[in-house]
Amino acid sequence: MEHNVFQVIWFVLWGVLWAVYFVLDGFDLGAGILLPCVTKNEAERRAVYQAIGPFWDGNEVWLITAGGATFAAFPKTYAVMFSGLYTALFVLLFALIVRGVAIEFREKVAGEGWRRFWDFLFWISSLVATLILGVAFGNLFLGLPIDAQGIFRGSFLTLLHPYALLVGALFVVAISVHGACWLAFRVNGEFRERLLRDAKILWVFEAVLAVAVLLFSLKLTPLWGNYLKAPVLFVFPLLAVVGLILVPYFLNAGRTLAAFLSSGAAILGVTAWGVAGLFPNLFPSRLNPEWSLTIYNSSSSPLTLKIMTVVAVVFVPIVLLYTLWTYRTFSYRITREELAYGEGY
Amino acid sequence: MDVVWASRLQFGAAAFFHFLFVPLTLGLSILTAIYETLYVKTGDEDYRRAAKFWGRLFLINFALGVVTGITLEFQFGTNWRYYSEYVGDVFGSLLAIEATLAFFLESTFIAVWAFGWNRLSPKMHCLAIWLTALASNISALWILIANGWMQHPVGYVLRNGRAELKSFAEVVFNKFAWLEFLHTVPAAYILSGLFVLGVSAWHLRRGREVAFFKKSFRVAAVWTLIFSLFVFVEGHLHGTEVAHTQPTKLAAMEALWETQKGAPWTLFAIPDPAKERNLVEIKIPKLLSLLAFHSPEAEVKGLKDFPPEERPPVSFTFWSFRIMVLLGIWFVLLSFWAFKNRENPEASPGLLRALIWSIPLPYIALEAGWMVAEVGRQPWIVYGVMKTAEAVSPISPVQVGVTLAAFLIFYTILGVIDFWLLAHYARKGPEPVTA
Repeated sequence: MEHNVFQVIWFVLWGVLWAVYFVLDGFDLGAGILLPCVTKNEAERRAVYQAIGPFWDGNEVWLITAGGATFAAFPKTYAVMFSGLYTALFVLLFALIVRGVAIEFREKVAGEGWRRFWDFLFWISSLVATLILGVAFGNLFLGLPIDAQGIFRGSFLTLLHPYALLVGALFVVAISVHGACWLAFRVNGEFRERLLRDAKILWVFEAVLAVAVLLFSLKLTPLWGNYLKAPVLFVFPLLAVVGLILVPYFLNAGRTLAAFLSSGAAILGVTAWGVAGLFPNLFPSRLNPEWSLTIYNSSSSPLTLKIMTVVAVVFVPIVLLYTLWTYRTFSYRITREELAYGEGY
Repeated sequence: MDVVWASRLQFGAAAFFHFLFVPLTLGLSILTAIYETLYVKTGDEDYRRAAKFWGRLFLINFALGVVTGITLEFQFGTNWRYYSEYVGDVFGSLLAIEATLAFFLESTFIAVWAFGWNRLSPKMHCLAIWLTALASNISALWILIANGWMQHPVGYVLRNGRAELKSFAEVVFNKFAWLEFLHTVPAAYILSGLFVLGVSAWHLRRGREVAFFKKSFRVAAVWTLIFSLFVFVEGHLHGTEVAHTQPTKLAAMEALWETQKGAPWTLFAIPDPAKERNLVEIKIPKLLSLLAFHSPEAEVKGLKDFPPEERPPVSFTFWSFRIMVLLGIWFVLLSFWAFKNRENPEASPGLLRALIWSIPLPYIALEAGWMVAEVGRQPWIVYGVMKTAEAVSPISPVQVGVTLAAFLIFYTILGVIDFWLLAHYARKGPEPVTA
């Protein structure tokens, strides 16, 4: 009995880690996707890097922790998921490597060609990473072709199901909006005006795709099942919808931080909606529901879960505290003088 | 090539590259923190410049250390599915704890340090680099506790078809893991110390920024001597632990085929595993028994006592071990030499030249040591519990082969750029005083 409580706790924490990851790393991934589309000159491009510079690395650790937590709390899911989605995961890994290196190396050598090269890699790797994460979640929502032994009976192409691609598209657009809001919050002048405009245009696509995902999920996935059993869960999609509606409202009012937070709430809401719909599955089988990996048949022993809970309860709040502190310290408005000073990497 | 071999090569390549970048960051973060502390204490502008200069080199390397580390974490799942299933209950939590305790701290405060030069008070800024240094070392501790468990599994019980945690304390206070930590991390400090000494020597030889590099030199000379002596002594303790817990590894390290009392130490040998003997060997009588079991007559088990399928690759382990030990001796001598001349290193051109040429050597020693640890553990992935061949994922060799090739090409390019940038900025020297 007690075991079940810890399994549920770790399911919730698993969802929280993913949600925090998408909200935080989301804006720097979004900045990467937007880079070539919204910037007109070198000063603006540098402003984009400066706007995410102090944060992106810490943000990415949430992904690593989400991976690590899956390994620790649900080792069987970790093993089956990562080996089953082998090719997709390696593409994601390569994208993340390229991305990190691009951010770090771009400023290291003066020269237009050098910078343009890393700018291109930063853009494509941000886009690919976001798309893969979205498609992966889309596939989780659909269920995957895994057999009784947890062996993946499909190929890379199996993953490109139209519904999964739809979720991928939603991720890309939502994260772009998120990035645009953050950048608008950090810069000023004409660049800011342009970002506000772009964010509003992108938002229309985000809204359309979000509605499409919510509706198609009704037809194609079992996600809504849990909501009928426990209507209190409707708070998540509600959060997503309210957050989404508030974004253009705050953008029109020029309140960029509020718009950014609303966009974050929308991402949080969508992630929580999906994760809550999965429960108690972590890696559902489309071939036979009996073969799904759930929190009950794939978790660690009670002792490991207990120790991990203590670690999480003590350290996650500390991590959040100093993360918040860095956001307060480094969320200054990036002006021409700041760029000339050329702090950081 | 079968899936096991391809996966081993792939994991080996990923770990090899990771281990090219990480050791420098472990020590350079602390050295940077020491320089910055000296600045905060004395107000000496040269120390502020030193923190900036060495810190920048640290940053260049840090990025690659991080991204290659992410790959390693995910590879347990992608390539070693049955390993992850079988021991994830014990092993997985160690990786997750590492991320929660150390990785967040490190990634957050390195950025605070890089971006905070005039947004934070000098003391706060100095604290940021200390936190980074602390975190990267805590991170190494948890990773080595995880690896130490693969070397010498403790605190678990086989139940429900897998290894389940029995005592977390036993896993965390695993003596083998701590000896491994105390060997590996100070070895990384030697690498960082010799890096600083080598780069300083390069500038001193050219008479550039002499006052500045003499200050860097002095600190690094003391530092490197302390740790090369420490690693030397600790290496012996580590070796005796291996003798007790991993007899096949010891026998392979020493190319010892016959079990014998009063075993000799082999200075040189060409092992011939097919015939289970050494072609040529130069031996020192009774030394191995003395070193491994502290008694000249102690019995040491030879490879023939173990079935061939449980023996690690002998030549490889034997030579990796010898390269590591020989280089270790050289580091003791070299750092003693540097220490003796620490006040006026520019007066001894021979020392400066030796230091410059020795920059790559600790990299070789560390990789060799790591190969002794990992190759010497074969065919076990978890010593005595699970074989590497049983751990691999049910994936096609083609998939692994393609990613292996991609890795090699990709990491080589990144490594070349990284070392080129390191050399570029190391040669450039610190920023001018006016900045």
